[in-house]
Amino acid sequence: MKGADVDILGVSKFFGSFQALNNINLSISKGEFFSLLGPSGCGKTTVLRLIGGFEDPDSGSIAIEGKNVVGLPPDKRHCNTVFQSYALFPHLNVFENVAFPLRIRKVPQQLVREKVIHYLALVQLETHALKKPSQLSGGQRQRVAIARALINEPSILLLDEPLSALDAKLRQHMLMELDAIHDKVGITFVYVTHDQQEALSVSDRIAVMNMGEVLQIGTPRQIYENPATEFVARFIGETNVFNLKIISIDGTRIYGETEGLGPLSVEDETEANPGERVLATIRPEKIRISTDIPNTNGGHINILHGYVAEPIYSGFQTKYVVQLDTGMMVTVYRQHANWSEGIPDIEWKDEVYLSFSAADMVIVEMHKQ
Amino acid sequence: MKKQVGLLYSLPQILWLLVFFAAPLCIIIVYSFLKKGLYGGVEPQFSLEAYTALANPNILLVTWRTLKISIIATALTLLIALPCGYSIARSKNQAARLFLVIVPFWTNFLVRIYAWIAILGNEGFLNDILRALHLTTESVQFLYNQTAVILVLVYMYLPYAILPLFSTIDKFDFTLLDAARDLGASRFQSYVRVLLPNIKSGLMTAGLFTFVPIFGAYAVPLLIGGKDSYMLGNIIADQLTKTRNWPLASSISMTVTILTTGLVFLIAMRKPREQKQVFDADPAFLQAVPAGKR
Repeated sequence: MKGADVDILGVSKFFGSFQALNNINLSISKGEFFSLLGPSGCGKTTVLRLIGGFEDPDSGSIAIEGKNVVGLPPDKRHCNTVFQSYALFPHLNVFENVAFPLRIRKVPQQLVREKVIHYLALVQLETHALKKPSQLSGGQRQRVAIARALINEPSILLLDEPLSALDAKLRQHMLMELDAIHDKVGITFVYVTHDQQEALSVSDRIAVMNMGEVLQIGTPRQIYENPATEFVARFIGETNVFNLKIISIDGTRIYGETEGLGPLSVEDETEANPGERVLATIRPEKIRISTDIPNTNGGHINILHGYVAEPIYSGFQTKYVVQLDTGMMVTVYRQHANWSEGIPDIEWKDEVYLSFSAADMVIVEMHKQ
Repeated sequence: MKKQVGLLYSLPQILWLLVFFAAPLCIIIVYSFLKKGLYGGVEPQFSLEAYTALANPNILLVTWRTLKISIIATALTLLIALPCGYSIARSKNQAARLFLVIVPFWTNFLVRIYAWIAILGNEGFLNDILRALHLTTESVQFLYNQTAVILVLVYMYLPYAILPLFSTIDKFDFTLLDAARDLGASRFQSYVRVLLPNIKSGLMTAGLFTFVPIFGAYAVPLLIGGKDSYMLGNIIADQLTKTRNWPLASSISMTVTILTTGLVFLIAMRKPREQKQVFDADPAFLQAVPAGKR
């Protein structure tokens, strides 16, 4: 890709006999906020360490700003890392921690002072310059680590689960701040996380990884609304998956059958042929729940019947786990947009109908065993 | 009540220190201020002779030499122990490697010194090899000089330096080295600017553990050294057994004790240098940070 900042081509990496990465291809554009998302052990941190220069790939190539960097040590690469544990130097105060890269380059004292104060101001820590890292809170240490990583003006900032050590409230706050810093400095951010909410809310694009492979690359909306595989659909948010046997295909409309549930229609593209099996998913918030049989005229609406197995009230919405007649469990979210919806409240063991549009269903690739 | 119980608990330790440390030290102090007996021992008569005798150029020379040998041997020991401790701490096989460090202690101290004589001697192992390789026809004189003494002292006290260094480096967070490399430091810079300052306490301990016993070394210079490597420990022994000047032996012992404890105090009392003061005194920095926020 032209204008790409990081180009990873066919990279594999082994640790002993364990294959951490299997033929990874990634192209990250200049100025992008790019997230690597996946469960722990999926290889996302290894990708980051490969870009940073802490590991070398066993095969494939890695280019930063068009130059091959394989074999180049970390200090010779134009990228800096914010470590998961922050890795602040305990023997230096905040000022000297941030000044460290400049001291290495023997920048004159006057310039060091100006730059350090500028970057401490960027993360709103200028008043803490004289404290030791041990005197700071988790969020403050985090910000020192960011300032220290930015002061060399790298073209790429690598962030390794930077928020995982913070509590939930602070994490939300730091996420917004990270986004603001990204807007201010305008460089490429490569962000590793296992938290899908984090990735969805700040990323320009996300690469979803599992077991050393990249399963899908796309914008948060693409990843959420159009997951490529069953794993992606299940990992990002919650979803319901139906195992469908295709009866007929009419353009983008697929008619299928699920054992015991009767026919379902899906509007999507598939390379499968009638008679074959595919997986179709529907997000819980796209399903309507009612005690009456819904009106189906004017659209391709699928209707299922079952009982409420578990209603979970959480203030802004209620999550219903509905047991279908076949025994399958389907999750449905109902938003509480209005304090008194005109319909009778749905409770435990109530008989309900679930309805959802064929257009909201997505065909996904089967999860590899 | 509670305080008295605490005292009772510490009684064994107090007794131990009294009998084996305080009492002998007192005897040495007292002896050093007495007149020397004709056939060894002391006359119960106050005298400063033992201390005025310290000004003897020979004793001053040996004191200086002891200091020099101790400093060189300690520095070399630390220089070797540092990479050893580091590699043990980073190894997956720590227990086995630590075991190897401790193994020499199973052999008696003197036997290990004689082993070095067997290696370095004129008819020793090293000379045999040199002759077999036709690098020399005559024996090379390795033993009985300062170099040999320093070599064997380093060997003897290496484990005392490796162990404290290992335990400090083991607690060190190695991601800090990754961070230093990431921020532009070369491998060497990352060791000097990040590893060393963070394992200072281990370096101090290792330094003391080697310097103090080397300063009082007796057997190694006696068996390995020659005229140029006579140390304070040897003078004390000579005064005690040959010249039979017990007060002088005592006053030299006091010199050793005072020098080494003085050093320990210096290191223990040393205040960590604060970067804070640098900036407090720096008006430009104070200007940059609004006064209300400081």
